[in-house]
Amino acid sequence: MFFDMLRDPAVLVLCAITLAGCSGFPGLLLRHGPLGQRVASAAALLSSLIALPSLIYLLFWRQTSSFTLDWNLPFGPCEIALDPLSAFFLIPIFLVFPAGSLYALGYWPAVSRSTSERSVTFFYGLLACAMALVVVARNGALFMIAWEVMALSGYFLLVAEHAEEEVRGAGTVYLVASHLGAAALMVLFSTLLLSTGAFQFPAACSLQLSAGLSALVFCAALAGFGSKAGLMPLHIWLPSAHANAPSHVSAILSGVMLKVGIYGILRVISFFPHPPLWWGALLTAAGLTSALMGICIASAQKDIKRLLAYSSIENLGIICTGIGVYLLAAASGNRLLAYLGLAAALFHVLNHAIFKPLLFFSAGSVIHAAGTRELDRMGGLAKRMPKTAFLSLCGAVAICGLPPFNGFASEMLLYLGFFGEAQAGAPYLALGAPVLALVGGVAVISFVKLYGIAFLGAPRTEGSAQSHEAPFSMLAPMGLLALLAMLGGLFPQLFLALVNPALAALAGPGADAVALPIAPVWFAVAGGCLLLLSVALFLFLKGRSKAVSAATGPTWGCGYLRPAASIQYTGSSFGALFGSLAAPVIRTRIWAGKVTGVAPAATKLSYTPEETVLQRILLPAISIIGVGFAFVRRLQHGEVHVYILYIFATLLLLMLWVH
Amino acid sequence: MIDTLLHVVLVLAMPPLLLGVIGKTKAAFAGRVGAPFLQPYYDLSRLMRKGVVISDTTTWIFRAGPAVTLAATLFAALLVPLGKHAAPVSFEGDMILFAYLFALGRFFTTVAALDTGSSFEGMGAAREVTFSCLAEPALFFALITLTRLSGTMSLTPMLNHVTSPVWLAAGASLILLLAGLFVVLLAENCRIPFDDPNTHLELTMIHEVMVLDHSGPYFGCILYGAALKLYLLGALFVNIAVPFASGNTLVDWALFALSMLVLAVAIGVVESVMARLRLIRVPQLLVAAMILTAFSLVLVVR
Repeated sequence: MFFDMLRDPAVLVLCAITLAGCSGFPGLLLRHGPLGQRVASAAALLSSLIALPSLIYLLFWRQTSSFTLDWNLPFGPCEIALDPLSAFFLIPIFLVFPAGSLYALGYWPAVSRSTSERSVTFFYGLLACAMALVVVARNGALFMIAWEVMALSGYFLLVAEHAEEEVRGAGTVYLVASHLGAAALMVLFSTLLLSTGAFQFPAACSLQLSAGLSALVFCAALAGFGSKAGLMPLHIWLPSAHANAPSHVSAILSGVMLKVGIYGILRVISFFPHPPLWWGALLTAAGLTSALMGICIASAQKDIKRLLAYSSIENLGIICTGIGVYLLAAASGNRLLAYLGLAAALFHVLNHAIFKPLLFFSAGSVIHAAGTRELDRMGGLAKRMPKTAFLSLCGAVAICGLPPFNGFASEMLLYLGFFGEAQAGAPYLALGAPVLALVGGVAVISFVKLYGIAFLGAPRTEGSAQSHEAPFSMLAPMGLLALLAMLGGLFPQLFLALVNPALAALAGPGADAVALPIAPVWFAVAGGCLLLLSVALFLFLKGRSKAVSAATGPTWGCGYLRPAASIQYTGSSFGALFGSLAAPVIRTRIWAGKVTGVAPAATKLSYTPEETVLQRILLPAISIIGVGFAFVRRLQHGEVHVYILYIFATLLLLMLWVH
Repeated sequence: MIDTLLHVVLVLAMPPLLLGVIGKTKAAFAGRVGAPFLQPYYDLSRLMRKGVVISDTTTWIFRAGPAVTLAATLFAALLVPLGKHAAPVSFEGDMILFAYLFALGRFFTTVAALDTGSSFEGMGAAREVTFSCLAEPALFFALITLTRLSGTMSLTPMLNHVTSPVWLAAGASLILLLAGLFVVLLAENCRIPFDDPNTHLELTMIHEVMVLDHSGPYFGCILYGAALKLYLLGALFVNIAVPFASGNTLVDWALFALSMLVLAVAIGVVESVMARLRLIRVPQLLVAAMILTAFSLVLVVR
């Protein structure tokens, strides 16, 4: 009986979810040594070895299984279901979770991080489990519970280094933003409860609501899930949270947790039989704005992880644009465009879950090696950590959406959608193509800066001069992700085979039976030719320079005889030209000391990119609200006997309410 | 078959000639005799035989930069039709690949420049990525207009569609589009008024300054790649600007080669009569190009 159940892939997936949740538990009991962490990594690998084949099986055969836990909690039986959409969003979880666990063995080792390692390992597993539960839950109350567990585990992970004030600040902003988002979700599920009479999720395309109510549901979902997905201007928590968390945590927060927000938006949209046109317009506009603003601000960052965090906002913007295009096309009955938009969005979900963790892992290795997060203090790392440098190059090229990597394939689908609209009567949507091109151009600025300043040139500080290569446990997950990024760029049909079932689950059966305008084989042809030609030319040039006389010498200093590492172009100066052009979007504070006299004394120049929305709008508003609600603080005074009175009064009120 | 062969031969052999023609034109304007037309070929063959000096600061990325950039440009050369002939490789969406191949080349050129640790090259790299990112939307607006006119998303049918009747019907739009594309052509290839390919005054340059440290065969590779890029964007321009086709293959090829030479003369004239813009004016001109191509779209939509 038990073994029969284990033949069901859906049961296997649920076992894997449980295993992931428990993975950090033995470590809590084992007081010392690295054993707990190793057990956790082994459990994480095992859970993904169980889950990934089962998920691919479920997607391939387009199966849906559901389970009901009949518990006696007040919100009714609790349903868990694995449809293709859920299975699709479980893939990034079970891809990044074991990779991050493995990476943590070298990056956050139990030996040198003995104070925080056990809690980080425990909450890492719990976060993966909670995210998986959010994706499979079909009951509003269960969804909210899993959502809260997810948000709180994220909080405890990100404040791992809570001795630093910056980390605590980031944690507080994250916690507040996360709960404001959860409040919006409360509105969403309460509205659903009032209109359907149960916490159970309505079946796909079955929710018939008045226009006003569906607008409320959509806006609440967009606010709640959009803030989790980091859409502008709800992104305020994201850059500082992702920058201050340990890098393997940033990888899962950025690579996976943001996608849970996207899942939520898609799930809510799936309830409605005919989503109105303006939803699509709103999502497209929000997506393109997020993409453009996110990447523009990323180009101005000087903290390597903050740059990556802003580029997550850009990528989530692209995903959101894809969903918006799908909704617009579905509302106007354009099947090809609907397919291209949604397939681009889902494909990009997978892609971003591959190259963003790769880049966060490499940022972690870089920070580990150079001892700083500031780009302007790095440099020359490629000489000392060549393997990390090579894998990071793959990630940087992939995230810019350049061939032959996977980012190009998903952006290509979106471009095809935009260009297809060029022949429509009113080609408004075609205007997305130049915007996306501009986003791509700024992405090249940002990632040339990140890669060139961190890895190339001469070391700018002592720390980066003495850097060292990352250990195998850190390189292996990065290598795997780089390989997947290349695979997705050369053979996008493999990834589309995973995307199509999820797409059919959302857009209705048969929605994926659309002939792509471009034969996927061209990706392999173009990418393959590009790789072969590059390697051939590289070897040819190497041979040529062997044949002629080859010498080495210092970099040509244009006649200046005493060049030093400090006169190199820094990341800040690299981004300054674009920053000056996009000054309204990228606000920076530049403080420069005065240079006076014939022989001026030493002076300083500092450059700080500003968090405009947070610092200029939200923090002043919050402090005003704080003054207004100062009287509430009197309720919290630390006197235990009055607290007992509160509890008693609450209990009494609840009993009165029940009767 | 013969078309494909001619395409490959022209793409491999003709680009440096364009540089020679531009140089000769500029010399004529300055009242000099100037270097022979074939000078760029002599330069290339000499560079291939010259010794290499490589900076100690650099890694393999410095050497991979020219290789990847040239590989991307060579593949892009297979996508653009020359004259009213079909390109060897053509599929729906190839124009997006075309634009992104140049972006890939740019990524590797600028990364290789940063690998030297020279502040001049860093400066050039920053300018290159910034100005190209402004040129990108102009190119895409032009592609949207062409997609709307021709109803296809592939360069060969799109550019072969532009014939005399199309010019009569949408001439105004095509003129705006060509004006925008010409600015993009000059900017992407670092010609005056954006950049001066002849000076070696580092503080004012973009492209030349990025490749200061490359020498010998590596520099030859870069020089040839730059000529090829000029040739490809020029072919894009010429295909729209010259809408005639005789039907006779050989006559058409000759017409195309001739138009390319005329374009080179035109670039030479622009370079002779204009001064280089101040650096802060460059973005304004690029935005102007974007507006021109955007209006060409408005004119075909109306």
